[in-house]
Amino acid sequence: MSRLLEVRDLHTHFFTRDGVARAVDGVSLSVDRGEILGLVGESGSGKSVTGFSILGLVDPPGRVVSGQILFDGQDLVAGGEGALRHLRGKRIAMIFQDPMMTLNPVLRIDTQMIETVRAHVDVSRDEALRRSREALVAVGISSPDERLQSYPHQFSGGMRQRVAIAIAMLHKPDLIIADEPTTALDVTIQAQILSEVQTLCAEAGTALIWITHDLAVVSGLADRLAVMYAGRIIEEGPTSRIIAAPMHPYTRGLIESVPHGKRHGALLSQIKGMTPSLLKLPSGCKFRPRCPRADDACTPEPPLEAARPGHSVRCVHPHTESRIEVPTT
Amino acid sequence: MTNSIASDLEPVGTPGPVRIDSPVRRVAKEFVEDPVAVVGLVLFVLIALIAILAPWLAPQNPYDLAQLDIMDGGLPPGEVSFGTGDTYWLGTDQQGRDMVSAIIYGLRISLVVATMSLGIAITIGTVVGVTAAYFGGKLDSFIMRIVDLQLSFPAILVALILLALLGRGVDKVILALVIVQWAYYARTVRSSAIVERRKDYIDAARCLALSNRRIMFRHLLPNCVPPLIVVATVQIAQAIALEATLSFLGVGVPITEPSLGLLIANGYDYLLSGRYWISLFPGIALVLTIIAINLVGDRLRDVLNPRLST
Amino acid sequence: MTEPCIIEIEDVSRRFVKELDIAERTARKLGADIAPQTVHAVDGVTLRVRPGEVLGLVGESGCGKSTLGRMVAGLLDPSDGRILYRGRDVAGLDGAEARDAALKIQMVFQDPMSSLNPRLRVREIVGEAPRVHGIVPRREVAAYVEEILEQVGLDPMTGKRYPHQFSGGQRARIGIARALAVKPDFLVCDESVAALDVSIQAQVLNLFIRLREELNLTYLFISHDLGVVEHISDRIAVMYLGRLVELGEATDLMARPNHPYTQALVAEIPTFETGKRIYSAIEGEIPSPLRPPPGCHFHPRCPHAHDRCRVEVPTLREIAPGRLSACHLNDEPVRRPAATTEAMEGDRP
Ligand SMILES: Nc1ncnc2c1ncn2[C@@H]1O[C@H](COP(=O)(O)OP(=O)(O)OP(=O)(O)O)[C@@H](O)[C@H]1O
Ligand SMILES: Nc1ncnc2c1ncn2[C@@H]1O[C@H](COP(=O)(O)OP(=O)(O)OP(=O)(O)O)[C@@H](O)[C@H]1O
Ligand code: SF4
Ligand code: SF4
Ligand SMILES: [Mg+2]
Ligand SMILES: [Mg+2]
Repeated sequence: MSRLLEVRDLHTHFFTRDGVARAVDGVSLSVDRGEILGLVGESGSGKSVTGFSILGLVDPPGRVVSGQILFDGQDLVAGGEGALRHLRGKRIAMIFQDPMMTLNPVLRIDTQMIETVRAHVDVSRDEALRRSREALVAVGISSPDERLQSYPHQFSGGMRQRVAIAIAMLHKPDLIIADEPTTALDVTIQAQILSEVQTLCAEAGTALIWITHDLAVVSGLADRLAVMYAGRIIEEGPTSRIIAAPMHPYTRGLIESVPHGKRHGALLSQIKGMTPSLLKLPSGCKFRPRCPRADDACTPEPPLEAARPGHSVRCVHPHTESRIEVPTT
Repeated sequence: MTNSIASDLEPVGTPGPVRIDSPVRRVAKEFVEDPVAVVGLVLFVLIALIAILAPWLAPQNPYDLAQLDIMDGGLPPGEVSFGTGDTYWLGTDQQGRDMVSAIIYGLRISLVVATMSLGIAITIGTVVGVTAAYFGGKLDSFIMRIVDLQLSFPAILVALILLALLGRGVDKVILALVIVQWAYYARTVRSSAIVERRKDYIDAARCLALSNRRIMFRHLLPNCVPPLIVVATVQIAQAIALEATLSFLGVGVPITEPSLGLLIANGYDYLLSGRYWISLFPGIALVLTIIAINLVGDRLRDVLNPRLST
Repeated sequence: MTEPCIIEIEDVSRRFVKELDIAERTARKLGADIAPQTVHAVDGVTLRVRPGEVLGLVGESGCGKSTLGRMVAGLLDPSDGRILYRGRDVAGLDGAEARDAALKIQMVFQDPMSSLNPRLRVREIVGEAPRVHGIVPRREVAAYVEEILEQVGLDPMTGKRYPHQFSGGQRARIGIARALAVKPDFLVCDESVAALDVSIQAQVLNLFIRLREELNLTYLFISHDLGVVEHISDRIAVMYLGRLVELGEATDLMARPNHPYTQALVAEIPTFETGKRIYSAIEGEIPSPLRPPPGCHFHPRCPHAHDRCRVEVPTLREIAPGRLSACHLNDEPVRRPAATTEAMEGDRP
């Protein structure tokens, strides 16, 4: 049975002055209704471009070069802009890191929300307003009537992001792609938003792709994790498995390099080297120059293969043991 | 101990996700992508070379009265000299002066006046602008009031009044041009310096107890150069035009050192009598110069403007 | 017997006046009730930093951490109060003495790009101050710069490059090298690892830890990330809307946060979860520093707020040896126990 969203072997490249940046180079992933997928990776690993590709929002010099994006059985790459325009905002919504990408600074919130509602369904203004109000209440905004008549600049950052989420939820989309929506916010506000998103998805059965560079943030939220490195998915599986027993040396390095109360003051374990430039990727496994386990077997590049049921990894020498430290809860 | 940290590094030559082009290289590369701008640049370099090499290029020295032959006065383009047998490709003026030579020398004077005033105005404007931006507060408001006041008067009017008071002369024209132009540079430098001023590297320099002068001119100023270049190209064209206007109106350079503007003015009286060449060719030279500079300036603005690039 | 302090921050406040724009000034002339607004970025903070320790400073965005750090580094003057370096008020010194004191306190900035002058080569960025101030003889500057670059884990051969030719982590190291080059003994690190990738962040944190041991440095380590601060700090100070609300020894403060705000912060540190976590955060938004609530600044979001909190500002006082907290609950032990356990355990089932 097919899943709500299936991305197969997606390649999105940027044709720049200095060469072709293969920002997304063979990514496959899937989400089902009611499922939360965490898409994790460092800056420049291609997370946002993956999200933009699904929504058909890649701007030149970038282009989806090949691959399939099957949404509810329909191929969005083959369907082109026509198919997407129909879905975008109604069945697939995106939440950006900067809420002002969604909000128009010169329009009142009610105007923006009513427009969004009526863009896809034919209802009266009053009905649209009622739905907007409901959506604001759902994301925990108190005194929604007053808020509806305000402008975005009268809100704090956290509140703006919640309005953006409310707008994304207006049509009860089947899929939401959230691109680091809490990165700019403080931990306490971040927790608030996470809890709201969690409830909303559980109640509406929405599928969610949560893009972040912070493994810890998604670990408590996502059902499954996909870890990206240099435009590829290098590990994919259930959250609990990946956190407790990461198999790829990079994932493991990421988890272990986060400061952890127990080792107060001690040196952190670190991943050597630095994130590679997309224009000058090493041959073979892209993590090879930084990997402590690298050897001759690591060229050519290993494929993403199931190592355990539902847990796949792109590595010839994956870790098979659990992490030494059992995470605190 | 330190070795273990050093070993974490990639070998030299793979500097992460960044391009190695220096800013100057990048600008040069992007500049040449517009063929029109390249034509402008070539033209401008040519004009500048002609002006610099005037004594060697010009067929005669138009100010050496001994070389002039009154018999050759008012010859149309292409005529041959009665005395020497040389061809006057662009004709001669009343005094029998070869127009090619007159234009080459006129160009020289126009460009000297413009670049000298540019140099002085930039220096004054930069110092004032950087000082205002760096110290901010009351000093800044005070300086910017003066700048605004200066900019609120039409440049030509201010220059006319000044020259009416000072009299003619190359130095006086330069002074007038400096006075009407420094404020543009001051405002440009200040507006970019005020942005740079807030960046952490300025605070870092303050933390290192470097002197204010050092921070202003070694750290702040070099980062304000790109917009300054753009304004300078616009303003040098302005300066040339302004000088020509002043000279045309008879308050600019003296008769003995005619610039393009004065050449146009001299020929103006003969336009109606059909001797168009005395005014027309200096006019074309003036227009070409200004167009060439503007082409370069427009492209530089596109290339240097951070909002349009990246 | 109190040990001598390297930095003493004595009742320091810093106010910023937000000037009116033209429209507002006009409106005001026409009789509208608009006045220039004052931000109390830092409001009566007293802190002592001991030689050789790492004092962590945490708090939400806009609570005044950077402002306090910049005052310590001498980049901003306090509106009230004074800051002493080794017992002397740096603001009162002149000439060479002032310069020497200023050099002893250096700052490492957040943004590794904007804190490096893009027009200067790395060897000039690092070597300029030592050369200008004569810290090393002119002829030895080049060798000295190479030594420092090596110390922060950079290839000395890269000195001739410009900042844009380095990765984020390497730029952070250049910033550290620049500070170290003038032989400081106190570093203000303002979000110095916040802009770095997770895998690079660990490298730079390790560098801080090593340099501290090798050079016997003292840090004021500012971050909004309590996880990072906890790891590197000996003591932690927590700020909320310009005020210090809690101060204590790092592990102890993390284990037993006293102030309700600290409790919330500790509870919300993202940790690796193998099961789904039910998020439930403190209600309410961070209030604007332009219009801070009266009484305890935290009361609109505090689960234990009561009448007294809405009118009376709680004072920072010692509640256990070495532990300061500013909360009225400490005067009313009856309310305390239930409150603490609920806040500590309610979030993590
Ligand atoms: N417009 C563009 N032109 C050229 N290259 C681009 C463009 N947009 C993105 N890229 C390249 O694509 C790569 C992936 O970018 P992407 O924005 O997906 O990264 P990311 O994983 O979302 O990182 P971050 O955490 O910084 O948001 C980057 O290395 C970048 O160089
Ligand atoms: N130069 C200034 N002019 C006016 N207001 C300022 C200035 N600098 C800081 N502020 C205000 O002072 C308050 C504290 O700012 P500060 O930068 O110290 O916060 P912070 O704790 O460092 O926050 P962040 O985590 O976002 O860096 C903020 O409300 C800010 O708007
Ligand atoms: S394939 Fe080799 S280099 Fe790549 S992660 Fe696995 S062990 Fe490391
Ligand atoms: S003083 Fe009152 S409002 Fe403030 S933290 Fe304590 S209990 Fe909460
Ligand atoms: Mg992104
Ligand atoms: Mg700050």
